[in-house]
Order: sequence, then C-alpha cells, then structure tokens
Amino acid sequence: MKARVYVMPKAGVLDPQGKAIGNALEGLGFGGVRDVRAGKVIELDLLETDPARAKQAAEDMARKLLANTVIESFRVEII
Amino acid sequence: MQAAIIVFPGTNRERDMRLALKRASGRDPVMLFHREAALPKGLDLVVLPGGFSYGDYLRCGAMAAQSPIMRAVKDFAAAGGHVLGVCNGFQIMIEAGLLPGGLLRNATLRFLSMDCRLRVERPGTAFTGHWQQGDCFRAPMAHGDGNYFADDATLDRLEGEGLVAFRYVDEAGEATPAANRNGSARNIAGVLSPNLRVCGLMPHPEDLVDPLMGGIDGLPMFQSLAERLVAA
Repeated sequence: MKARVYVMPKAGVLDPQGKAIGNALEGLGFGGVRDVRAGKVIELDLLETDPARAKQAAEDMARKLLANTVIESFRVEII
Repeated sequence: MQAAIIVFPGTNRERDMRLALKRASGRDPVMLFHREAALPKGLDLVVLPGGFSYGDYLRCGAMAAQSPIMRAVKDFAAAGGHVLGVCNGFQIMIEAGLLPGGLLRNATLRFLSMDCRLRVERPGTAFTGHWQQGDCFRAPMAHGDGNYFADDATLDRLEGEGLVAFRYVDEAGEATPAANRNGSARNIAGVLSPNLRVCGLMPHPEDLVDPLMGGIDGLPMFQSLAERLVAA
C-alpha cells in the first residue's frame, strides 16, 4: 500500500522559495498568481495492507521525521 | 575542560572547532563519529560543529538528529551536561528538540557568507561569561538556512526568561532589520536552554580565535567555557 505525504510550510510561516517562484512566474508573464507556496511530496511504499493503519503509520512517520511541525504542516493520502 | 566534537557525514567545521577549544582549554577535544552509541565518561562539553550533515537531506540537521549518537547527546543534556551547537550544529539541536523553534531558508534565499555583528543578550552563562550585557562582537557566518522562527508565544517566553543568547546588530549595536540579513525572528542569532547549559547559534565564533584568522572576537566564548567547565 502506498502513502503520499504532502509537507507544506505552515500558514503564516515565511516561504521564501514560494515567493521566488511567484516572482519568476510574474517575470515569465504569468499574471494573476496571488501567492505561491512550495512544499514537498514524499511517497512511501508500505507493507501494511489496511488503509487506516497505513495512514496512521504514515502520520506517525510525518510527525516524527518527515515534517518539522514547528514550521511545516502535513497531510497523508493513501493511494 | 574535556570536550567532545561530534562528526557526522558532511560535517566540515570540526577542525576549526577543535582548534578553538584546544586554544582556550589547552586540551585536545575528542572527535566522535555519529555511529557511536555512547559518549566517553568525564566529558564537560559536547559540541555539534558546522557543515552540511547528510547533505542537508529532508531538512538541515534532520538526518543527523536521528543518528545513534544524538540519543547519547540528548541524555547528556538532560543530565545537565553542556552542549554547544554552531550553524549546522544549531540546526541539528533544533531538529533533535534540544532547543525550541525552527530554522528556515534565509529570507533573501541567498547563502550568506560574510561577517555579522552579534550583541550579547545573556551574559553570565558558561558560553558568555567573558562578555558583559550588550557587548558586541564580530562573527563570520556561512549558511543558507539560518532564519530563526518560532511562534510568538515561544519568542515571548524566550525573551521573558532571558534565553536569547545573541542578536544580529549593526555597527551601532542596534538590532535593525538591515543587520538581520537572514530574516530571523526578532534578530535572534542564538538561544539557550532553560538551564543555560545548551546553546545554539548560527554564526561561527570558532572562526575568529587567532590573529592569523583575522581576529580573536570569538575567543571569549571558548575562554569562558574553559574557565567555567574546569571549575565545575
């Protein structure tokens, strides 16, 4: 079973990378982008076959290592 | 003072740190590799030096914080041991939960390699015993992720309890936005644990400890540690 962990800078935490990407998009002529936030996606291939337990395990991994919850939020999706 | 320096794959400032500690204390620090599960007995100080441990994978310091020796370092700190972390060492401390907050990408997105000026906000600790309140000194910095972040409640607590060790300041000693090149919250460059025995900072005092390096502005930190931790 695969889990996908989305890690994003928390709301209210400055995201300089997102800002720079936004500026670059504007420079390329893409108007209408109000804000850009850049995070990361981590895919886990798990031995667990029960979706609920797989999600729980991935969330534990995110809390302990994959995300730094002081500055980042995360969301787990089972795929 | 018997110090140990922890070396992770990708650590690259351990020799500067060794030189500074030896110069101040007269004793050569022990170098310990990240795979060690225990610290030798009789240590007065553990130092996490700068570098790019584990290639900064995932987040700066995140991988090193999970390495076997960090469990021993956490136990050492919990038992009242002194721990100093500089640059990547500070990032590792934060990831290991030894100090509060987070270190974000520099606000300008640029890697900053230049001197900065630091103001001593908390004198009288083992790390700052040779300075007076408000003393300013020059320190080199070299980092891409040194933008200190914590929520307002944490920042208020740190300031209220006198746990801000150093702030970025200008030539006049003022904590201005211009002096705060990496964008740190409230110009914070270094923080302390509540028992004042764990200190982390982004700039490198160990790189100014000999006239041949261009100055001895950082030497007081190591002299203070050598003096205090001998008496202990």
